[in-house]
Amino acid sequence: MTVHIRMDDRVEADRLEDMAQGVVGKPLDRPDGARKASGTAAYAMDSLPDGACFGVLARATIAAGRLEGVDAAAVEALPGVRAVIVDERMLRNPAQGMAGKAPVQDPHEIAYFGQPVALVVAESFEQARHGAIALVLRLEARAGAVVGPDDAGVEIETPEKKQQSSGDLDAAMREAVFGVDQTYTTPVHASAAMEPHASIAQWDEDRLTLRGSYQMLRFNRAELADALGIDEKNVRILAPFVGGGFGSKLGIAPEAVAAAIAAQRLGVPVAVPMSRQQVFEGVMRRSETTQRIRLAAGADGRLTGIGHEALVSNLPGEKFSEPVTQATPFLYRGENRVIGHRIARVNRTCAGSVRAPGEAVGVTMLEIAMDELAAAAGIDPVELRLRNIPDEDPTQQIPFSSHKLAEALRSGADRFGWDRRRTEPGQVRDGEWLVGMGMASAVRVNMLVEAKARVSLSSDGHALVETDMTDIGTGTYAILTQIAAEMLGLPMDRVETRLGDTDLPPGSGSGGSFGAASNGTAVFMACEEIRRMICERFGCEAHDLTLKDGRAIAGNRSVPLAEILGGEDLVAEGHAEPGDAEDKVRQATYGSYFAEVGVNAVTGETRVRRMLGVFAAGRILNAKTARSQCLGGMTFGIGMALTEEIFHDPRDGHIVNRDFAEYHLPVNADVPQIDVVLLEERDAWANPLQAKGIGELGICGAAAAVVNAIHNATGVRVRDLPATLDKVLEGLERQGG
Amino acid sequence: MRTDLTVNGQSRTIEADPRTTLLDALRHHLKLTGTKKGCDHGQCGACTVIAGGRRINSCLSLACMHDGDEVVTIEGLGTPETLSALQEAFVRHDGFQCGFCTPGQICSATAMLEELQAGWPSHVTADVASAPALTVEEVSERMSGNLCRCSAYPNIVDAIMEIAGRGRA
Ligand code: FES
Ligand code: FES
Repeated sequence: MTVHIRMDDRVEADRLEDMAQGVVGKPLDRPDGARKASGTAAYAMDSLPDGACFGVLARATIAAGRLEGVDAAAVEALPGVRAVIVDERMLRNPAQGMAGKAPVQDPHEIAYFGQPVALVVAESFEQARHGAIALVLRLEARAGAVVGPDDAGVEIETPEKKQQSSGDLDAAMREAVFGVDQTYTTPVHASAAMEPHASIAQWDEDRLTLRGSYQMLRFNRAELADALGIDEKNVRILAPFVGGGFGSKLGIAPEAVAAAIAAQRLGVPVAVPMSRQQVFEGVMRRSETTQRIRLAAGADGRLTGIGHEALVSNLPGEKFSEPVTQATPFLYRGENRVIGHRIARVNRTCAGSVRAPGEAVGVTMLEIAMDELAAAAGIDPVELRLRNIPDEDPTQQIPFSSHKLAEALRSGADRFGWDRRRTEPGQVRDGEWLVGMGMASAVRVNMLVEAKARVSLSSDGHALVETDMTDIGTGTYAILTQIAAEMLGLPMDRVETRLGDTDLPPGSGSGGSFGAASNGTAVFMACEEIRRMICERFGCEAHDLTLKDGRAIAGNRSVPLAEILGGEDLVAEGHAEPGDAEDKVRQATYGSYFAEVGVNAVTGETRVRRMLGVFAAGRILNAKTARSQCLGGMTFGIGMALTEEIFHDPRDGHIVNRDFAEYHLPVNADVPQIDVVLLEERDAWANPLQAKGIGELGICGAAAAVVNAIHNATGVRVRDLPATLDKVLEGLERQGG
Repeated sequence: MRTDLTVNGQSRTIEADPRTTLLDALRHHLKLTGTKKGCDHGQCGACTVIAGGRRINSCLSLACMHDGDEVVTIEGLGTPETLSALQEAFVRHDGFQCGFCTPGQICSATAMLEELQAGWPSHVTADVASAPALTVEEVSERMSGNLCRCSAYPNIVDAIMEIAGRGRA
């Protein structure tokens, strides 16, 4: 039996509050923790079937053109090589998130340097790798490929739907007492999940089983089936453990389709692991952005106008474009507004979602601009933000579902010791180090996505939660287990959660921070139905039933669940869907970041000394895993602020730094013992759990706190991220150092 | 070609292509898939194992170079039912999210604590002549060869500090 909820209105009751088990929200260890710590959690490449062959992809080395052919015979003659495959169904790039259908196919048409165009299959990995290196591709380069957003002849689209304006920003800028009009840039970023993409394909007659590293299995199944031209029913995807995603594994990627084609042709299982370099080149990048930001304010710092115009890029024909300005329409007040969005069409690695598409770079730069405004107006940066919190969504003129920015700002300032910050930059010195503090607001839109989950309560009082939802490190195993344990009154070890298998009810998938709320709601609904069935059998009203430690309690009766069930299993499916609530209120999560940095006056090197994040995301389902998500997001912010930058060769667009030696993720020593504070909040508009997403909130402005701290330490304002040593040094020298 | 070695206390024989790395030999030939491949280039530490008592990147080493060696992998440190104290501390402190870098982190930390105990200095040791102290700064410096994109770094440091403080890994 399926019970359904559509979020059209706020929920009446906070049902979880009525429950008795007391596990939701607690900082419990992950149920999957022991497997991860012992190396027994099975990721995509960890379940290699006997007799499997290995496939290694070969890539195009031109920016655009055609693959005329490959010299297959020479490679097929190498020891162990079983096939060289070039197939029209192979993917140009991964599907975009939630596409549900195949992306552009056919390896003969080349759109970027690094595009996978052929697969060499051999008995061993070593043989396949050698074959792929040895394979000679006959490539026909097309003249006039455009590889950079600023190149001559670049085609720029200005989609009408993505432009907005209200009032008269130009006039507001003219009349402003204080104003900012600056252009900021962010470079290309990589998700760089630690597990590289990999797929193992195995056919059983016309049924395909694919073990892969994917975030959104119900969509991935449809995408894979569509790419292969087969019925979805004949595809099963398994991804019980996923070694990180951060957006890079939202859509089916080239290795999955290539593995499926090869396995079918050879009649054996085929594993196709992508190398780290191939992941950099052939998976999604976050587009570089150029952002013109205008802020107009009165003498009191209150904003009268905001302009945020972005230029991003992507391959020709790709629908996704980095939604840089997503939070700008509702973060701060101001009657006069301009939102602009342009897309340059370039022959570069496909652009797609990387953790918090939009806000990660958009809010960050807006928060640097706010720091500039604070400095210009002589107003404390925290105070400036407090003064500009709007009473309702100023663009759509609808109320906020809940709003904790002010509390996050005040509480953060308090805990961090913000009052010790010197307003004048460059005032604090510690030996060679200039020390400063910076802050920024955090904001991320909140979403709900359709999800289903099945819950079974067995007659012996154990529960099983099942959905094809994934746990990509996000804590899904923990929180779904907690929700079911809470609702059914069971200790944690009597609830098992199974994920990552498309044979199970389709969940939302992991993405956009909506996983916990969407799938959690589906589990909650299924449990509500089971509670109803228990009431029926127990003969009590829903509000009289207490479930705790495997017992049902009503009035003065307390009976073990097993007794009530009498040998029967209870099964229910929950189904959550978004509804009109999305249009009635503005839903978002908020927070604040505070950072203290030391900038070396001699070398220009920046070290983050302290960092704090204060976040509100509705009900926190597991305080331990939620905190970890925030640590991860803020560390992405440190990387964005200081080191992360992909370089494309201006001649052919190839990614120059396609490995971890040259693309600099923060390492342990770059990250201080970050503090995270989670505020109490309930959002009745979000879902019956009153919980919102938290996986991305930690990155949505974090880098600005670091960059603003660099300014406070040195007086140097970096507007082109990352704030590498050369830029800081140049600024220091310009100041007359 | 044939390589005889001891893995987690057991004698094992690998018959493999000479190009096979120790990492791929463990994963593909011995089915010890706890050791992970994050880059295959010695840049991430996911493949860290303990060979001859020292932590190494197993992707940077050919299997055939380990004839006669003793290798310890994550499987040799503990099972889900019998976790080592350090593995338990990783669970308690949430020293991971996705868990992919975790076997490498734990192998690395296990050997790192012995290096620290043996008095090896690091980049942040102020006086290289005296025994390095167990500090957050030392631990975080010494663990910087193990990338974690989920960024459990603060929790990894907490887990290691707790166990090192107790004097047993
Ligand atoms: S896989 Fe060996 S260091 Fe990355
Ligand atoms: S736990 Fe995911 S990379 Fe470390």
